[in-house]
Amino acid sequence: MVTAYEFRHLSEEEKYERFMERIERGEKIEAHDWMPDDYRTNLIKLIAMHGISEIMGAFPEKEWVPKAPTLHRKLAIMAKVQDEVGHGQLLLRVAEDLMKPLGKDREDIMQDLFEKRLKFHNVFHMPAPTWADAAIIAWLVDGAAILTQTMLLKTSYGPYGRALKRICQEESFHAKHGESLVLALASGSDYQRKMLQEALNRWWEPLLMFFGPRSAKEVGHSKVDVNIKYKIRSKTNEELRQEFLTKYVPQIKRLGLTIPDETLRFDEDKQQWIYKDPDWEKFKQIINGNGPKTDSRLKLRRDSYEKTAWVREALAKYNKNRMLVG
Amino acid sequence: MTDNKILRELIYQLADDNFIHSYRGSEWLGLVPHIEEDVAYSSITQDTMGHAYMFYKLLEEMGEGNSDELAHARKPKDFRNAILLEEKNGTGTYLDNPDYDWAFTVVRNLFYNVYKETQLESLKQSSYEPLSITARKIETEQYYHLMHWKTWFMQLMQSTEEARTRMENAIRRVWKDFGGVISQGRYADEFSARKYIEPEEVLGQRCLDKLGELCKSVDFNLEGKPGMEKGNGRNGEHTEDLKQALETLSEVYFSDAEASSW
Repeated sequence: MVTAYEFRHLSEEEKYERFMERIERGEKIEAHDWMPDDYRTNLIKLIAMHGISEIMGAFPEKEWVPKAPTLHRKLAIMAKVQDEVGHGQLLLRVAEDLMKPLGKDREDIMQDLFEKRLKFHNVFHMPAPTWADAAIIAWLVDGAAILTQTMLLKTSYGPYGRALKRICQEESFHAKHGESLVLALASGSDYQRKMLQEALNRWWEPLLMFFGPRSAKEVGHSKVDVNIKYKIRSKTNEELRQEFLTKYVPQIKRLGLTIPDETLRFDEDKQQWIYKDPDWEKFKQIINGNGPKTDSRLKLRRDSYEKTAWVREALAKYNKNRMLVG
Repeated sequence: MTDNKILRELIYQLADDNFIHSYRGSEWLGLVPHIEEDVAYSSITQDTMGHAYMFYKLLEEMGEGNSDELAHARKPKDFRNAILLEEKNGTGTYLDNPDYDWAFTVVRNLFYNVYKETQLESLKQSSYEPLSITARKIETEQYYHLMHWKTWFMQLMQSTEEARTRMENAIRRVWKDFGGVISQGRYADEFSARKYIEPEEVLGQRCLDKLGELCKSVDFNLEGKPGMEKGNGRNGEHTEDLKQALETLSEVYFSDAEASSW
């Protein structure tokens, strides 16, 4: 072990070596530890994207919060969306600590979002035109998110792992809520079943896209390899997508729903799911900010942010005054 | 009127106030000044919907019908909420070009919650035991809600000139219809005669005293009596805003006549 004093006098290469030794030993890296620049930038990118996805994820469901068809459903979806915003806040705090040495803060995150420099998950660019979409989102989008987040629980970055621990606990309630919504529709009237099937048709491709491309080949670049090297993540996109299919294909079929992919089958020899690839060009377009609902949702967020600027100014002034008095 | 009918009138006021107030809160989701507030306000909104649920359940237990039907299927004229609580947050809708007024929201939330606190304190002594039990349950959450809106109110009233002006305008606006919140409607005397709740004048004055003090602490004088310019919701008078709110709240509920459950 080297002391903090000795560590400061090591060369950059030696620091990097020590860092990689820690990663290999499975140690957790903390916010104030030395870390290579690309570890920091990759984490910021991943965690800010994750956080802002939770925040933007409130919009497709927002529409259905007041419209939920019973008092119980209203309460449940309110609780769910409130959790998501809470996750977003928790994750953004983790990202903000990482950004501090770079002189950046929440305001930069918001501006990056508005200018489409900060991306968010493909699924939250999509329309959710019926109550059944809210059901599919809660069941399958949250179900997909649980798989990625569970994988990330073991991440080498301590603060992210701890935030995820809490998030995963709450997400499992969301999936139950989603399951309950879907079950009610699947065992309901013709209208309800039709609505559910149509929502599944709409969400199938975005769900496959959710895990990201198989390799850099599909979209031209990927951070997966670097993230695996640093043990930020432990599984590839394809491994997660296969897990998703294994978990949900039988459940979807049991509900009497049809998966909109005639080529979908499990290959016993290869021990893997064969499926129709989503349109990766479309995926690229969507996450670059050209999805069907990207602009209208960003507009909602941006307009309201601008209209409440006077409130943030007032709070800053109030806190400044209080510090002067105190 | 029978005792039962009188009692139901009071509980509809409580249920509908909370239901509509929660709805207006839920429209703010994703649009509030910062993310921390989104977490806090959506939690308050959810609690408030929970309070509405408890009151609708009381009505259901009294034989008024299924609580979901009570919340979603009554006509606007059957609602007993105060008109101030049904007023829109601003122009536009919660999905399309919302231009919402945060100052109005803070003041409306604070004023209503000060009344709600006063109301709950009184209901704890209600001669109708289920009502007093419900009031006790709600009170624990109510404490935090009130603290939240007091904090916003105090901070915005003592910050920038712009915030002060906006807040004072909001107070004047809320004041014009706050009388409708305090009102217990045409059966007020019967409520207090049966000791369901204290008399309108007593509760009203207690609430106005609290508000007067709060405003005075930030150098603002509440002048005169609060008004009821748009009518008395307790007697079934309502605005177009309630009609639109109910259409949204029950859109899915009414979307399929065949559906037996959701």
